Amino acid sequence: MRPDQDVVAALVGRDARVLDLGCGDGALLEHLITRQGCTGMGVERDDEHFHACIARGVPVTHGDLEAELRRTEPGAFDCAVLSLTLQATQRPVEVLRQLRRVARRGVVSLPNFGHWRLRLDFALRGRMPISPALPYQWHDTPNIHLCTLRDFEQTVGELGMRIVRRVLLDEAGRPAPSWTRAAANLLAVGAVYVLED
Amino acid sequence: MSGGVGRVETQRAVVFDDERPLVLESGARLTHVEVAYETYGELDPAGANAIFICHALSGDAHAAGYHDGDRRPGWWDNIVGPGRPLDTDRYFIVCANVLGGCRGTTGPSSIDPATGRPYGLRFPLLAVRDLVETHRGLLRHLGIRRLLAAIGGSLGGMQALQWALDHPSELAGALIIAASARLSAQNIAFSAVAREAIMRDPAFNGGDYYPGSVEGDEPPPRPDRGLALARMIGHITYLSEESMRQKFGRRIQDAVEPRYGFDVDFEVESYLAYQGQSFVERFDANTYLYMTRVMDYFDPFADPAYVQRQIAQGDTRFLVLSFDSDWRFSTEHAREIAKELRAAGAPVTFREIAAPHGHDSFLFPVPEYHRTVAGFLDQLREARRAA
Repeated sequence: MRPDQDVVAALVGRDARVLDLGCGDGALLEHLITRQGCTGMGVERDDEHFHACIARGVPVTHGDLEAELRRTEPGAFDCAVLSLTLQATQRPVEVLRQLRRVARRGVVSLPNFGHWRLRLDFALRGRMPISPALPYQWHDTPNIHLCTLRDFEQTVGELGMRIVRRVLLDEAGRPAPSWTRAAANLLAVGAVYVLED
Repeated sequence: MSGGVGRVETQRAVVFDDERPLVLESGARLTHVEVAYETYGELDPAGANAIFICHALSGDAHAAGYHDGDRRPGWWDNIVGPGRPLDTDRYFIVCANVLGGCRGTTGPSSIDPATGRPYGLRFPLLAVRDLVETHRGLLRHLGIRRLLAAIGGSLGGMQALQWALDHPSELAGALIIAASARLSAQNIAFSAVAREAIMRDPAFNGGDYYPGSVEGDEPPPRPDRGLALARMIGHITYLSEESMRQKFGRRIQDAVEPRYGFDVDFEVESYLAYQGQSFVERFDANTYLYMTRVMDYFDPFADPAYVQRQIAQGDTRFLVLSFDSDWRFSTEHAREIAKELRAAGAPVTFREIAAPHGHDSFLFPVPEYHRTVAGFLDQLREARRAA
């Protein structure tokens, strides 16, 4: 499991019914099910990832997460997870609205496009920044809706959702040192948020 | 096709009798139930590798391999065999003709022990649950107490679903393919027309058309025209518009120019006539009535409290699959099954597979479909080994 997924897992907690949107190879869900007593399912559109989930014994729905969210009953889950997924969705605000409808709590992790290295890269080279966290070229990136932490927090506020927890992440996806908080939008490589109504 | 299970034979076993009758969901009792079945592969010493294939409306026990002298293999040969998804090097596969069937298992064409004549329509009405109980009777006979999985397409998927709900501790997995948990009005309408075609055939005679049904030396005529018509109607619903376009288009049978008349002219007409005709040679009209009715009344999620209780008792994992060109049991039917199972707390993996063959897609070796089935079974086996 990736280090940032450890952070997500800790924030999901024990014995929750979890919906993991864009669950990838199912590593996080497998951990939640086998180690933390959770139940739930993933949604994944990539064929190889779908088969990887099956191989792990993780229940998964093959398909588009936005369509699957619309079909999900209100309050069907305790917790919905968007682990480095939101920035790759077509309509992130709609996804957040639906997230709120289907689960009491949302755990959302995202890369921070406001990180100083990306800003510097952009300022000096005048090209779309590439980093270990965002390794794609402008034309082949799945990350079509990147944002800074400040952007995200403003949008969440406008939707009337509360941020009850925020864990800032470093290069490696681990919790960043406490001084990062002094200027999170500049110093954090990413963050994991816990959202509630 | 080479590399399959080779030559096979259908076997028979009496699984319910006077001592231990089969009590049906309706309360009716059957005191002699014989089952025709086939097995492929070897049961492992722990008895933990058995997979039960539940067949669809027109299927039978002969799922794989070749009967002596046959040129065509069983109806699901492409998925059963060494190295195939239902891998006979790993699994012990059982397939049985359903109760009410006409391919060796007790059904309306069997002799009613009470009268010494064929049952006809005096055979009791059946539910999917009764089909499952008969399969379980066979497993008892074979000494198998728990299955790795039950798998089936269409009516077969309904049996796998009912089995998992009624006896959750008996199945590690249930693979429910191109099935429905609640037929739509359109589905029921099609089966109603098929039944009308059979029952309005002058030879139907209230279901008493077997040689032993009537007095006299002459065997009575069979309702072949009605049954063929029912099959033709059914067959149209099994294919997609696209697959029919590709297969036949508007081509003329054995000619370039149309003949302009009411006889068979287009290729598709000839194909349907052939399907109808070959069906009557191997199928029984009464069985068609009983099986379509079994499907019409199927409603396994009618009592949510029961479903919830049953799911909580077991740890069955579900795989629910549909095909995008299937309009008989569309993806919406499959989503509904997945939704109901999840609402009861069951772990469900769901996928709509892209395949052009309509409802019949479950019989085709579509690569993503077979890969999904193989992977799911593999995981069930791994999980059981680890346990």
